[in-house]
Amino acid sequence: MNNIGRNSFDIGYMDTLAGGDSYLHRLDPRAKLITAFLFIVAVVSFGRYAVFALIPFLVYPAVMISLGGLPYGYLLKKVLVVSPFAIVIGIFNPLMDREIVMQIGGIGISGGWISFASILLRFVLTVSAALIVIALTGFNTVCLALTKLGVPRPFVVQLMFFYRYLFVLTDEAERMVRARSLRTFDAGAMRFKTFVPLIGHLLLRTLDRAERIYLAMRCRGFDGRIPMIRSLRIHFREVAFVTGWAVLFTVLRCYNIPLLLGSLVTEAFR
Amino acid sequence: MSHHIVEAQDLHYTYPDGTRGLSGVSFRISHGESVALVGENGAGKSTLLLHLNGYLAATRGTVRIGDYPLTSKNLHAVRRAVGMVFQNSDDQLFMPTVFDDVAFGPLNLGLSEVEVELRVAQSLETVGAGHLRKRPPYKLSQGEKRSVAIATVLAMSPDILVMDEPTASLDPMSRSRLIELLKTFRHTKIIATHDLDMAADLCERTIVLHQGKVTADGPTIELFRDEGLLHRSSLEKPLRMQKCPVCSSRAD
Ligand SMILES: Nc1ncnc2c1ncn2[C@@H]1O[C@H](COP(=O)(O)OP(=O)(O)OP(=O)(O)O)[C@@H](O)[C@H]1O
Ligand SMILES: [Mg+2]
Repeated sequence: MNNIGRNSFDIGYMDTLAGGDSYLHRLDPRAKLITAFLFIVAVVSFGRYAVFALIPFLVYPAVMISLGGLPYGYLLKKVLVVSPFAIVIGIFNPLMDREIVMQIGGIGISGGWISFASILLRFVLTVSAALIVIALTGFNTVCLALTKLGVPRPFVVQLMFFYRYLFVLTDEAERMVRARSLRTFDAGAMRFKTFVPLIGHLLLRTLDRAERIYLAMRCRGFDGRIPMIRSLRIHFREVAFVTGWAVLFTVLRCYNIPLLLGSLVTEAFR
Repeated sequence: MSHHIVEAQDLHYTYPDGTRGLSGVSFRISHGESVALVGENGAGKSTLLLHLNGYLAATRGTVRIGDYPLTSKNLHAVRRAVGMVFQNSDDQLFMPTVFDDVAFGPLNLGLSEVEVELRVAQSLETVGAGHLRKRPPYKLSQGEKRSVAIATVLAMSPDILVMDEPTASLDPMSRSRLIELLKTFRHTKIIATHDLDMAADLCERTIVLHQGKVTADGPTIELFRDEGLLHRSSLEKPLRMQKCPVCSSRAD
């Protein structure tokens, strides 16, 4: 059975989550955005063989998820859905870089595998940081915050439309798959021959619908501005939030905590 | 107020794939009129309505909204004046929650926060969808979507209301609520529908479309009495104008 009619790719749920009312939800979106940005910069700036130094950074997603009352499982699934990208990017490293740089229990680990692990870890960290901001804020509000932070409006509008288009795309795809599977009785995997025209057809359908949605937006006065009711204001708590995390990220970036802990422990047992 | 006039002059439209949509449609609808647009599936009703807000540009002929022909220059103003409910509500709803969706138009009009809240609440209340305000629109039932789509248009308080099958997929209660609501709407209304009972209820005038042409245009009651015309246009008399089979057989 393939789950006909169950949307395993329910991106809209992110916006539902954003309707929550935790301390983190109420925070000005700009503060959350800047913090996530700093986090991503810190994570990405590590050298290509960094693995253990990155692990303490997991504290940020963990804290945000639990304080914001977000569902771990759902976010994890979303990260997994996009993870093939990271695997594609990183998979050649173990093949190209075979120099042994580390021994664990007598097995030599090549640099390639370490950088592969590093890429995966970074990917999980950065993607979850981005997802968390959206789940705590809502995509449209994130876009609004981006414009307020000086990101050019055409870019933000593109982003907004891309997000909307994802909805349309998954929605249309779901309908087509449902329509197809209700009329194919072997319920097996889709044959390549039916798959290719289906994709082409899907693109045409979504383009058509995207155009009609755009018309609906124009009819209601859309002119590239994102109207929003929630007023934005930076208070002390926003400043404290950003500063607190920024300090932590700097510390984690400059000191390899697992290494320090490790040497402390060995020191103590000597 | 002449700017609520809708006029089509010899509209022709052929879809890019060569399908004939309209072949010479003309009419003039004056301020405050309520007009039903009826015709068989594929007659060209939706195609015609999409010309009224400039989504489709006629291959030949002109559309006038108010005193001016519709051009790309006044498109913006025209779209504000013409509130359009699409045949497919999924095309109309695009924000993450029902509230945001209904608020989208009023916010674009530059209304204050308080006013926006008020308008959203009012429009949702009029279509009986107040309880849906926090839900994501794409997860509603077809009829709920329809009601919300109508609310998004009402919230803009348009001068001219254009609706493509507004009663389709509404339950009987919502349907009669909508009809009552539309009765109170004093502006120009153009309603494409297969619901001839609604047309008889709401619209004093009817335009019959058949294969992209106007085959009749006149008082609703008269047109609906003309069985030949109805038959030629693949239509049937509204139920209330038919003899009731149950009652009449009982009378025998
Ligand atoms: N996007 C399109 N491309 C090509 N042809 C189209 C397109 N949309 C509609 N048509 C054709 O144009 C004609 C008029 O269609 P239209 O949608 O206006 O009918 P309608 O009167 O609204 O019908 P219905 O009552 O089923 O809604 C039909 O023959 C249809 O096949
Ligand atoms: Mg139609």
